[in-house]
Order: sequence, then C-alpha cells, then structure tokens
Amino acid sequence: MPFRSLSDIQNQLEAGQTTAVEVAQLYLDRIAAHNDDLNAFVFIDPEHVLAQAEASDAYRKEHDARPLEGLPIAVKDIFCTQHGPTRCCSNILEGFEAPYDAHVITRLKEAGAVLVGKTNMDEFAMGSSNETSAFGGCKNPWNTDCIPGGSSGGSAVAVAAGLTPAALGTDTGGSIRQPAALTGLVGLKPTYGRISRRGIIAFASSLDQAGPMTRTVKDAALLTSIMSGHDAGDATSVADAPNFDWLAACEAKDMKGLKIGKPKEYFIDGMDEEVRAQVEAALQKCAELGAEIVDISLPHTEYAVAAYYVIAPSEASTNLSRYDAVRFGHRCDNPEDLEDMYARSRDEGFGAEVKRRILTGTFALSSGYYDAYYLKAQKVRTLISQDFKEAFEQVDVIATPTSPIPAFKTGEKTDDPLTMYLSDIFTIAVNLAGLPGLSQPCGFAKDLPVGLQWIAPAWQEDKILAAASAYESATDWHTKSPVKFGGEA
Amino acid sequence: MDIDVKKIANLSRIRLTDSEAQELAPQLSSIMGYIDKLSEVNTDGVSPTAHPHDVAMPLRPDVVTNPNRRDALQQPAPRTESGLYVVPKVLE
Repeated sequence: MPFRSLSDIQNQLEAGQTTAVEVAQLYLDRIAAHNDDLNAFVFIDPEHVLAQAEASDAYRKEHDARPLEGLPIAVKDIFCTQHGPTRCCSNILEGFEAPYDAHVITRLKEAGAVLVGKTNMDEFAMGSSNETSAFGGCKNPWNTDCIPGGSSGGSAVAVAAGLTPAALGTDTGGSIRQPAALTGLVGLKPTYGRISRRGIIAFASSLDQAGPMTRTVKDAALLTSIMSGHDAGDATSVADAPNFDWLAACEAKDMKGLKIGKPKEYFIDGMDEEVRAQVEAALQKCAELGAEIVDISLPHTEYAVAAYYVIAPSEASTNLSRYDAVRFGHRCDNPEDLEDMYARSRDEGFGAEVKRRILTGTFALSSGYYDAYYLKAQKVRTLISQDFKEAFEQVDVIATPTSPIPAFKTGEKTDDPLTMYLSDIFTIAVNLAGLPGLSQPCGFAKDLPVGLQWIAPAWQEDKILAAASAYESATDWHTKSPVKFGGEA
Repeated sequence: MDIDVKKIANLSRIRLTDSEAQELAPQLSSIMGYIDKLSEVNTDGVSPTAHPHDVAMPLRPDVVTNPNRRDALQQPAPRTESGLYVVPKVLE
C-alpha cells in the first residue's frame, strides 16, 4: 500500500495497525527497488531513516503523538540538513554538509516526522524539467520517457511513484506546482513570507517559497500548517501573518457561493488542446458544485515571463556570488591568484543553465542597463500585482491550467533555453505577486496528468484549500497512480 | 542584441572557455531579445516593487543571539588555518 496519504498512514499508526518502523521500511524497500530507474533520490541513509522511525515509535509509547508522528517525508536537496550532504544538485557544493538545519526541517523534526532523504532537482532550482541536475535528470513515473517537471522534480517523482507519501519542494517560478501538475500530485506554494527561508539555499530571494507536494489537499494543508510561522532568522518571514485552521479549511464539500475567476490570458492559442479540455471540464465540475465562473482579465500576464527572467536571474547572480571557494564549496586545483581561484572554481562548479542565469542577471544589473531591465521589470511586476488585486475585487479565487502542456520528452527542450522558460508561463505571475497557488490533478492528456491551478489573495490559502478540497471530494483523479510502479490508473 | 559575453563573465567571476562563450552569446541575445518585450509596457508613474507585500520590516531587540560556532561553520571550507580562511596571496 505505498500510494497512501499522510492522513491514511496517521490513522493506521494511531489505531496501532502499523508502526513508524514498518512504514519507513516499506518506503525504503520501494526506494531500493525503483530509485536506480527513476533517480528521484540523490541521498538516502536507510539506517538513519529507521533510527528516526524507532525514536518516533518510542515517543508514541510515552507521549501523545505529535502532528507528524512517524510520517515519512522526503525533502528537496535545497534544504540544509545537518545529517548527510546538501548539494542543491550542483557540483559547486560537492562534499558540502550543512552546519545547521533549515528552519523548516527543524519544524518537521519537532513535529515527529521521519526525514526520508534528499531528492533530485534542477541545479540551484534553475530549470523546469529536472534536467539541469548535476546528478542527471529523473523520470516521470507515468511515462519514463518524459521529464517530471522541475525544479522540484525528484520530490514529485518520489511521491508519484510511491517512494514516499509526501515531500517538500520550493517554488520560485512554479517549481512546486508545475512538477506536481506533471506527475498528478497536489503542490502548494504558500503566500510569500509565510514560511521561513532560513537554511533553504537561496535562488531568488523575493520569489522563493517552500511548500509541500502530496497526494491530497488535506496532506498539503497539514504540512504547511507545521512549516509556516514567524522565524526571526528570516527578515522576510512575516511576523503577524493572518492564520486560520488549516485542516478545517479542507472540510469543504461544495462551492456554493464561491466566485471563481477564469482569466482569458491563461486559455491561449498554442496550449495543448487536451489540457484545455480537461481544465474546462474541471471548471464545469466546479459550476456543478455551486460555484459561479466569472470571465476575468489579467492584462499584463504576457509580460510575466519577461519580468521574471530579469528579476530572478538578477537576484540569483547576487545570491550565487557567495560561491567564492573561500567559505564552502568547490575550489579549483592550484589557483594562480585570488581572481583565478574565483573564476576557475565557479566555471568548474556551475552547470550551463546556472551560468546562463548568472550572466543574464549580471548583464541586467550592469552599469547602463539597470534602469532598462531591472527597474523596468520591477515596475511591470507592480502592474502584474495590481491585475490580481483588481481581479480579486470581483472574484474569491482564480482557476487556471498549471502548465500549458503535459510532461514532455527528456531532451526535447534542452537545446533552446527560451522554449524551456516559456513552459512556466502560467505559474510565474503568482510568484511575482507573492500570492498563494495550488496545483491539483484534474485529468489526463496523452495519458499524462494535467494540473488545475488555484490562486487566492495573499494570506488566503484557506480559500484555495476549500475549493480544491471540494473538487477533490467530487472527483477521483487524486486516487490514480502509475500502474508501472504498482499503482491503479 | 550584441552582448560582450567575456566582459559579463568577468564581472560574474566565471572563466568561460572560448567555446562556452561562443555557445552562450546567441543564447543570451535570444533571452534578452525576449526580455525587450518589457519596453512595450507603459510604466509611467508606476512604482517598482520592493517587496511583494505591503509590510513593515520586523524589529527585534538588539541583543546577541548567535553563539560562537566558528569551528562548525568553518568545517565546510576548502582550507582553514587557526580559525582563519586561507586563500592565495593577495599582496606581495
């Protein structure tokens, strides 16, 4: 029974039908059987996993169970963990072991979770297919010729193939939602500032946000409720963020009175027609559940990708200047002088996509170009946020496709970086505006999963959790799992 | 757009081989060409985004909270000596 939700496992643990050690062993066996093929995990220490599970079982005997007691959770290789390597799937961090746990990791441990291992990802989270990883790509369990999406591709594959019941990802321009969509999972990017970024290796600090990748909406709510909260160690972690009962938000069974905005800019020529049909059918289902579908416009949508590919690389070029071969990371052999050490270590350590983004960002920030690119992009970002604010005066939530296309073939988009960038056109605006976004499965196109994206105003994750829970309770897409890995389609 | 890739690479402290630079030049031109789309947008009078939300930066008491963890924090360094980072000689 590998394709279980966290809630199911929790119920079985509480009823005494299984133990944390049995659950951990089941997933370790699955990983041993399938990871060589899928390449979802880049680090696994079975003894450490079992030790955590044993400690959890012992804790349960003596105390009331904690919120994630004994639940196995995998984490993307971007989260610093004191046990084992943290590489961000880059050669520049070869041999790096973090001297502290990310804030989110501490929260999971305190809640009794069993950390399963580190999952594959695009190098420094820069990619939409997981193909830029220094460990090589990973495979979509629904069709192993296809990519799983990215950058949190390994987390998506691990959950979709039943190698773990849940995983953490990070989302800078869609890196949780797009792979969740392409592998048939629920993926939530919370409001910017809800979850501390401390100990999460930085890509673009004004956009990065961690979140869960799970089989059900309720599991995503459960994990987010544990991960979120103020942390003085992250200056952008919001101290008095509006909160609510995360699990109660998932009790919704219908959508009576809910106004759903359908933005015309997210149903465009050139998108996959089967994807369009599945998302249209999902909206029809929402109408049957009592929602009112309102046609809206987000007029600056078409500029989101361009603004993002100025802002994100600019922040990345600054953030990645810390890889200077002095305090941590790869240092080249026999440097002639300091300049040679910096330049050669960085050339040897960074992969092609990371170099492309550092150079793009350095160019956009360089003397004479700052106003035309960086400042302009930040102004367009303001207009994109305003589009959403105006839309939310008319509607409660917005629904769109998560990705314009289902999973594509490995190697199909690697030759042209720009084509790859455009695969994120439906997820990027949410990050620019700092809003919460959730993807959930809503059907299949070409036998590959399709994702439905929900967007809410800042701090109103409860609205998308309610809408997604109502849709989930009325459909069975979330119960499908890939037959090739023992699932039920 | 013509981008002097070698110059940008030097600013980025990344040593590119000639073949890497040759491959990157057209890719960067194509990316920046796409980004030029932004010039179509009228942004007169629009403030640039500084933070996604309209929030005040949190304050904390001005007290020391971080313990001395020098040894642990220097453990991942390529080379240290007596608690100092060692780099190639900068001054003769």
